[in-house]
Amino acid sequence: MTTILDPTDERVPVARQITARTGDISGVIGLLDISKPRGNVLLDELQSLLAARYPKVEIRRYAKPTFAKPCPSDLRLRIKSECSVLVEALAD
Amino acid sequence: MSATPLAFSLRDMAGETRQFPTGRPSLICFVKEDCNTCNLTAPVLEAFHQAWGDVANIWMLGQTADGNAILKDRHGLTLPILDDSALRTSLAWGFEIVPAVFWVGADGAPRAPLEGFVRQEWEALARQIAADLAAPPAAVHWSALPDWRPGCGSKHLDPDIHDRLLAEAEGSPIRARRIEIAPADDIDEFMFDQGFSDGLPLVPPTPERVLRMLSGTTRNAQDIVAVVPPNMAPATVEKIAINAVMAGCRPEYLPVVIAAVEAVCTDAFNMHGVTATTMGASPVLVINGPIRARIGMNMKLGALGTGNRANATIGRALRLVVRNLGGARPGGVDRSTLSSPMKFTMCFAEYEEGSPWDPLHVERGFQREDSVVTAFAMTSGPVQIVDQDSRKPDQIAGTLGLGLEGMFLSKIHRMPVDALLVVCPEHVKTLTSEGDYAKVRLRERIQAVTSRPLREMVSNEVSGAGIPLAAAAKMTEAQLAAPAPKFASDKFIHIVVAGSEAGKFSAAFHGWVTGAAGSAVVSRKIEC
Repeated sequence: MTTILDPTDERVPVARQITARTGDISGVIGLLDISKPRGNVLLDELQSLLAARYPKVEIRRYAKPTFAKPCPSDLRLRIKSECSVLVEALAD
Repeated sequence: MSATPLAFSLRDMAGETRQFPTGRPSLICFVKEDCNTCNLTAPVLEAFHQAWGDVANIWMLGQTADGNAILKDRHGLTLPILDDSALRTSLAWGFEIVPAVFWVGADGAPRAPLEGFVRQEWEALARQIAADLAAPPAAVHWSALPDWRPGCGSKHLDPDIHDRLLAEAEGSPIRARRIEIAPADDIDEFMFDQGFSDGLPLVPPTPERVLRMLSGTTRNAQDIVAVVPPNMAPATVEKIAINAVMAGCRPEYLPVVIAAVEAVCTDAFNMHGVTATTMGASPVLVINGPIRARIGMNMKLGALGTGNRANATIGRALRLVVRNLGGARPGGVDRSTLSSPMKFTMCFAEYEEGSPWDPLHVERGFQREDSVVTAFAMTSGPVQIVDQDSRKPDQIAGTLGLGLEGMFLSKIHRMPVDALLVVCPEHVKTLTSEGDYAKVRLRERIQAVTSRPLREMVSNEVSGAGIPLAAAAKMTEAQLAAPAPKFASDKFIHIVVAGSEAGKFSAAFHGWVTGAAGSAVVSRKIEC
């Protein structure tokens, strides 16, 4: 029998369930631009499509300061408190 | 050993468990069968048992189970012989030589042990025991015994055994989860299967190896050195040591690995972004200061390549920490399009003694006698810059500039991106052949020779990269004619010296997104 020591952080990831799908779009939709080139072009187009199809839905725009770093906690908490749904534009 | 006798619970040869202490005075003697002096004292101990066994424990603790049976038969022993073949009690009692005999009197306090055999000492001990017990002397024919015989090294101090015992002992600094691998399993294959590896074989991080690794630092094994992105996992000294063992490090490298982990796990370095980018960035570590020589780092011939254990394994240990603790794995958070061999390892020392300039760490505000690790987030390198013809200082400086112009794409200029230029000794010699050639001047020369009219950066049929046509259309002729150097500022050009004395080949590492929006260069002092 050989014993070795665990090189990992030994943590068990928390299993999270995805939010229940209602089949409806309502409330506030957040659109998050991660600040990659042309991400805003994609989100502009998405915003106009959403506004046309769901005129009663409020759309709010957010942007990360830089795509190269994780979303700052303050921004993440603000989005969570203000939005029902978030769409994130990832790529250039 | 401590003033208080250490409790133990061991089986005798009848299979009966003997607990210590018992409340009676005790003579505890550690022996091993293949020690001649232990064999010399066995009949003496038996005589002690015959004399005092009714009022005191006269116990022999043997260090091998088979050997105990041999001792019993060879000497016709009737005293209790306890099995300490696990050697934990030997370790806990803390002697070096067998036979080691401890007299623990009625007061419960052990006397200093006798190690080996000095007849006068043993006789004195026998007199003391008889006095303490108010009992007649034991029937030992002392004059038939030699004056003196050396003992043997205790088995618990065997190099193969001692570190394992320490790792398993109470008070061991080891806290990590132990993974037991069955004898039928291949340990190397097991580690590959668990995803611990970067693709190359690993050294199994056994408790004894990790304990030896921890001897390389004075820091507490449970100190949290950093929180490792992307999973934000706390990295204790112990966890770093485990990964350093797997990478192949020697214990004396551990302080460098610890400092490197500290450096890259800062918000400024942004290891999450460096890991995640499709561009394939990776830390490049430059080591400065006295520790380079102390741990035998390579800064000369082949400094950026293979063949030196410290260079290779320090960089690899950092990568394994980020992989195994931080959870950064290709296809997971690591999204590199092509990635880079630097993601295995990239660490070298600066050849300070061959440099006409202040070394990197002094430029960055440290003392020359400090040992320092500096981490750069780099996406490619080392890219060779070849010039075997230039003989004038400005020519070589010009070559180094032209070599850097290819960073990312040669037509893109005014880049706010770090580059790490590694100047070889022969190029240094040419640079300084007419006197000092300051780094400031070299940076200025690099910027001067790479300055091109901005219009050469405009998107065109050859390459769509660069200034979009629409933006260029809004610029004046004067703006388009303005010279644009390769770098947005001289400060992005980092310069070190490394390499062998022969060969006119310098090299460059190319950066990633530099600064607050991406990654900044971070240095950390190495605490030895």
